[in-house]
Amino acid sequence: MPLVSIDNVDMRYGGPNGTLAVSGLDLHIDRGEFVAVVGPSGCGKSTLMKLTTGLHIPQSGTVIVAGQEVTKPVSIVGMAFQNPTMLPWRTTLENILLPLEIVERHRHRLRKHKREYVEKAEALLETVGLKGFGDKFPWQLSGGMQQRANLCRALIHEPELLMLDEPFGALDAFTREELWCVIRDLHASQDVTIVLVTHDLRESVFLADKVVVMSARPGRVVSEHVVPFERPRQLDILYQPAFNDMVQALHSEIATARAAA
Amino acid sequence: MTSPETVLATSTLPPPRDAYKINWIRLAPFLYTVGLFVAWEIGVRISGLPHTILPTPSRIFEAIVQYWSPIWKNSLQTLYTTVLGFLIAVVAGLGIGLFIGWSKTIYAGLYPIMIGFNAIPKVALVPILVIWFGIGTVPAVLTAFLISFFPIVVNVATGLATIEPETEDVLRALGAKKLDIMLKVGIPRSMPYFFGSLKVAITLAFVGSVVSETVASNNGLGNMMASAQSNFNVPLVFAGLLMLALEGIVMYALMAWLEKRMTGWAHRSTMSN
Ligand SMILES: Nc1ncnc2c1ncn2[C@@H]1O[C@H](COP(=O)(O)OP(=O)(O)OP(=O)(O)O)[C@@H](O)[C@H]1O
Ligand SMILES: [Mg+2]
Repeated sequence: MPLVSIDNVDMRYGGPNGTLAVSGLDLHIDRGEFVAVVGPSGCGKSTLMKLTTGLHIPQSGTVIVAGQEVTKPVSIVGMAFQNPTMLPWRTTLENILLPLEIVERHRHRLRKHKREYVEKAEALLETVGLKGFGDKFPWQLSGGMQQRANLCRALIHEPELLMLDEPFGALDAFTREELWCVIRDLHASQDVTIVLVTHDLRESVFLADKVVVMSARPGRVVSEHVVPFERPRQLDILYQPAFNDMVQALHSEIATARAAA
Repeated sequence: MTSPETVLATSTLPPPRDAYKINWIRLAPFLYTVGLFVAWEIGVRISGLPHTILPTPSRIFEAIVQYWSPIWKNSLQTLYTTVLGFLIAVVAGLGIGLFIGWSKTIYAGLYPIMIGFNAIPKVALVPILVIWFGIGTVPAVLTAFLISFFPIVVNVATGLATIEPETEDVLRALGAKKLDIMLKVGIPRSMPYFFGSLKVAITLAFVGSVVSETVASNNGLGNMMASAQSNFNVPLVFAGLLMLALEGIVMYALMAWLEKRMTGWAHRSTMSN
């Protein structure tokens, strides 16, 4: 039984005459799978993320996560958005610890086991290359550094389902590739299901088990591609012909989806 | 030119110009104030206006010295009523602001009522307060409170109502309740708005207490100035104004300092961008 089942979902914003964001959306995600979602801008990718996490409830169709129909926010997820939403009055470390103050499982343990959690946060900071920046405030970090801290915050409570909405948007190519490896290793070492929304097709092919292509608005799934490359993948597959062929195929598919709009 | 001695000398001696540099920006408020009084003094003397119309600053200072004991007593009284009314406004404003900002429905329902209430000139309320509480300290405190709590309410409510949806989404996806979101994001976020509003509120509180003292009290600077005016003691009226200005500046500075102390992150974060 899949971890996430989305069946024939319609989602309209702003009342009966509002924008129909997604329509007839079907998607199934297995436990432990790494799924990348690509598609034209405004096609409903972020909407898909919000439907899955229960931030929005669809007008028709069903969303089932971990065997339960979603009617309110599900608390097994970690989220990272494109624009980092760090709180400016908290240090980076305190920002990363924020989910622990909220998630039911951790909030009662936090005070007693503070040290343990802080150590974990610092370990996460080190993996994303922010060692020693924990006591800086977010506004003392660059945009890319904030995004990396944002990623740490999504990971701190070890979510079963990690939803990443263009988390590497504002990063330079080198940092981005570095973080791809961080995510890849995380997925390999832990029992986590990841959904990644991205505009970078190379990113989607490098990281995912399955790439899902969406149509232009109102969004639905046009096709699903299983990525055939062996794991663990090294960065040098980015330069292999088979990899580039797949990226190119996705590219033309999205171009068609855009033109169809 | 570049012998070792000259290099040594220039590197060990501090540049002499900096040592005597005057910080004009810090001095400017004092210089401008002195300048204003000097211009005022000269202007009145040249034009020959009588003291009963516009007294010179020197004549006003004379009045301050001459009537020091009543001025001091009434200044303290006004400061007392103002600060008391202001403190009530802070507590009530914070409470009502949090209440209004809590939900969109409450915000939508109460906002027009608040606007309507704020549109009423508070002087018009003084007679009612006098009917209820008699003349003296109580109506002055209440007028100061009524006039100054509105900006606090509006600012706190605005701070709460403008939480970024993304921030809220991240927390809600973790299972956060409304109370969690308010405690972790809403309230800290509205603090800069709150402390910012205190500067406006304290200034308004002075307006309220003095208005009330002028029409319905036997105490305070407002009353002192009203009775001095009926005795044609114009220098004393101006002495009262000067004391009010002084108290206003001090309290304003205190609020500005408090704002900076409590919400430094808001200033620094905007400065760094
Ligand atoms: N809160 C909202 N209110 C009204 N309409 C919305 C809202 N959020 C999204 N939409 C609309 O729904 C559609 C899908 O939006 P969504 O944010 O899911 O797109 P997206 O695929 O994430 O786009 P991008 O790739 O640019 O991030 C868009 O046409 C947008 O105008
Ligand atoms: Mg989006």
